[in-house]
Amino acid sequence: MQSSDFVRQLQTPGGNVKVSKGVNLDYMLVMILLVLCVISLLVIYSATGQDTFYVKRQLIFMMAGFFIMSVFAQFPARIWERWAFVFYAGGVLSLAAVLLGGVEINGAQRWLDLGFTRLQPSELMKICVPLMISSYIAKQAIPPTFQHVVLAVVLIALPVFLVMRQPDLGTALLISVSGFLVLFLAGLKRGYLISAFVLALAALPSLWFFVMRDYQKQRVLTLLNPQDDKLGAGWNIIQSTTAIGSGGWYGKGWTHGTQSQLNFLPESHTDFIIAVLAEEFGLVGVLTLCGIYFLLMGRCLFIGINAPSMFGRLMAGSVAFTFFIFVFVNLSMVSGILPVVGAPLPLVSYGGTAIVTLFAGFGILMSVAADSKQR
Amino acid sequence: MVRKLIEKPIPSGRFWLVALVLITLPLMLIAKIAQLQVFPDAAKGGAFLRDQGDSRAIRQQVIPAYRGVIADRNGEPLALSIPVTTLIADPKRLQSAASQEQLEVLASALDISVTALHDKLARYRKKSFMVLSKQLPVEEAEAVLALRIPGVSSRKDYKRFYPAGEVTAQLVGITDKDDAGQEGIELAYDAWLSGELGNRKILQDETGRVIKDLSLIKAAKPGRELRLSIDLRVQYAAYRALKGAVQKHGAKSGSVVVLDVASGEVLAMANQPSFNPNDRSAFKPGAIRNRAMLDLIEPGSTVKPFTILAALQSGLFDLDSEVDTSPGYLKVDYKTFVDADDYGRLNLTQILAKSSQVGTTKIALQLDPEKTRQLFEKIGLGESTGSGFPAEAVGNLPAHTTWDAVTQATFAFGYGFNVTSLQLARAYAVLANNGVRREVSLIANDERFTGAHLFDPRLVETVRGMLQIATSSQGTGSKAMIEGYTVAGKTGTLHKVKAGGGYAKDRYTATFAGLAPATHPRLVTVVVIDEPAHGNYFGGLVAAPVFSEVTSNALRLLQVPPDSDGTQSALLSRLMAVEKKSES
Repeated sequence: MQSSDFVRQLQTPGGNVKVSKGVNLDYMLVMILLVLCVISLLVIYSATGQDTFYVKRQLIFMMAGFFIMSVFAQFPARIWERWAFVFYAGGVLSLAAVLLGGVEINGAQRWLDLGFTRLQPSELMKICVPLMISSYIAKQAIPPTFQHVVLAVVLIALPVFLVMRQPDLGTALLISVSGFLVLFLAGLKRGYLISAFVLALAALPSLWFFVMRDYQKQRVLTLLNPQDDKLGAGWNIIQSTTAIGSGGWYGKGWTHGTQSQLNFLPESHTDFIIAVLAEEFGLVGVLTLCGIYFLLMGRCLFIGINAPSMFGRLMAGSVAFTFFIFVFVNLSMVSGILPVVGAPLPLVSYGGTAIVTLFAGFGILMSVAADSKQR
Repeated sequence: MVRKLIEKPIPSGRFWLVALVLITLPLMLIAKIAQLQVFPDAAKGGAFLRDQGDSRAIRQQVIPAYRGVIADRNGEPLALSIPVTTLIADPKRLQSAASQEQLEVLASALDISVTALHDKLARYRKKSFMVLSKQLPVEEAEAVLALRIPGVSSRKDYKRFYPAGEVTAQLVGITDKDDAGQEGIELAYDAWLSGELGNRKILQDETGRVIKDLSLIKAAKPGRELRLSIDLRVQYAAYRALKGAVQKHGAKSGSVVVLDVASGEVLAMANQPSFNPNDRSAFKPGAIRNRAMLDLIEPGSTVKPFTILAALQSGLFDLDSEVDTSPGYLKVDYKTFVDADDYGRLNLTQILAKSSQVGTTKIALQLDPEKTRQLFEKIGLGESTGSGFPAEAVGNLPAHTTWDAVTQATFAFGYGFNVTSLQLARAYAVLANNGVRREVSLIANDERFTGAHLFDPRLVETVRGMLQIATSSQGTGSKAMIEGYTVAGKTGTLHKVKAGGGYAKDRYTATFAGLAPATHPRLVTVVVIDEPAHGNYFGGLVAAPVFSEVTSNALRLLQVPPDSDGTQSALLSRLMAVEKKSES
């Protein structure tokens, strides 16, 4: 891992960068993504009671995502590095717009109505924040100095604060994690890490007492004992663990899950979609999906390790880890390890903005991959 | 310059740390999911959750059993069960998941206002079950269900329908909301009519909507049909005549019983006031009384024929015996009995025809009270009919040992004991059957015990002849005559017992008991009209016309050949001759 060489190389302008010939796509990533999309469509079809409405919409989102990914992949990585701030600023502005005049669903104001579709800016930030931090840190010395770290933290905190106001604590936490991951990968000094850890621990009680709202506290309490309120707060988690548990080794078969087909399972096509998959395809299905996710993350990390630039490495690494964290948080939530925070299962759950954002992220990743090929 | 800024490259150890996290966390997660899915022994894992999944979706559902039809003797339905659907809802879900628009559609489909629906939802907001609409016709309910409003589901039921409505209401009775017998025949024969509930396993969704039938555990066993002895045509005739009379005379209540003489079967049993059993909202408690079997009356003059029978049986009296009823009243101990007029000397036939209290009293005082009472007992006065009808009244016949002379006299003309209309009809059927007592029945072709001759048929025939004259133009029951048929019967006009003892001066019960055709009796009809209020109160004026109307209709409906061709039987000629002689 003598990767410091290429960092320096990129820092010297005028390097001989060839213009790629033909369309740049990482075909292994494309294959993995296609498989995930097929799984997603199959499970959504089953989860929505064999209704093609959501499947069609999801398919359109996926196609849009593929298109955006293909376009993004054609730009050289340094373009992303240079324009990161624009994306970031756009994201923050749209978050502000959400707070001012967003669409409210289920008591949370998270969407902007664009006329033809609804945009969920907080999903965008899941990519914009690591992009911004990667770009910012890559311009600075490695490891970052104190003032750079402070500025980076401010850059992370701004959108996190806005998302928390929606309120959407889960996404806010995920965004901050995706941002801090970049700092971590950038080789933050051990002292910072330890003090950050201690600070976080110290902040937990104040988070509980001052930031978290009653329903959020309720979710944490529910996690500890879902049977306390079977018909209320505990309902989701009891139904989802029941769905998962009743799948057994091989599941009940596609479209034959009783929990999901009979509407016992809430949010079955969005946040709780893994429960549908678990019920209908059993442990084998879950392990297969996890395997595919591992392949995907492995490929992302591979791209990151081979990236010729600091920005590329950071970006690829943070996309991979962020993706991993999303998967992990969702699965943990559905199987009752973490509280219900409203995190979709990446690429499988129904949801337009999340899908397009993830594809956009993979597009940037592919442009990073192209850089490494050209070396 | 740039070089200087770089103190250290990315520490590769960081990647391995992250990789470690990447491996451990998913392993923990997979372990958790695997525990949920495939390890049956783990607490709350595997099999437990599979059962939980099943227990949510798989239910045992009760299959309602079809309740047997109650029909008349010809198979005309009097009570039948029709399939209906009860709409139910999960109020919590309905309130949270249904849109305002859906609630509006639902309200209009249920024919209630949206505010009423909201009020109901507010009242049930903490419950997870409520009945939206009871027992809708299946098509109507299906239309509502087709809207697929979240939280709305249905339950199949049967609803009892009574085609004859108020005409048979008290006899047939009603069922309660659980389809079990509550009154009348519905209650008395509940075990016969109600089937056995079945059970099936079903797959249902979270709103209770049945998705799939999984297996049948036990098929529902339908109830059995019950054929009543009632002939609906005769019943209609009886009801119509009774209702007309009760309205005309402003009476409080009334009942009519028509018996088939040969079998003892009840062909009609009508009551007033009545109610429509298909519309419980208009239900009044008094209207469900099957008065013909539940209300006790003092039979009054209608038992005089039996006193005369006792007199003939005693050997002390015969057709020609005369009793001096002058001066039209008679004082016995502390009580004076009064006739409407000073009739002078009367023979037995005339005593019946004029319904003379003085004559009857004089005869009664000469008879052995024990024997008179025994006769009354034999014909079943004050004795249960054994029909099993719920709350059927028994009546009573006091022991003769406690009687004084006044009691002995009043007993002879039907005071001091009480009976039901049906018992009175049974007693008259003994006269119709030449002295054979048959038990009455409400069920068609029921097995019955037929008794032996209780009396000398010739004596019974004689009394019948006397009753024929009592319903001729010379008797009090002249309005009971039926064109084309001979009729025998006796009127009764009773003072009602008043509260606190004694008899009310101005409240009466008008009765008539009779049989037709008198020569070969086929039907016995008893009419009781309680408290006629519009002036007329005599049995001969209030009850006798009802007898005539009901019996004549019944005879024609049953295609009984007319027997009155203007000629008189030898007996009747003789009775008339006796009468003429005494008049001259």
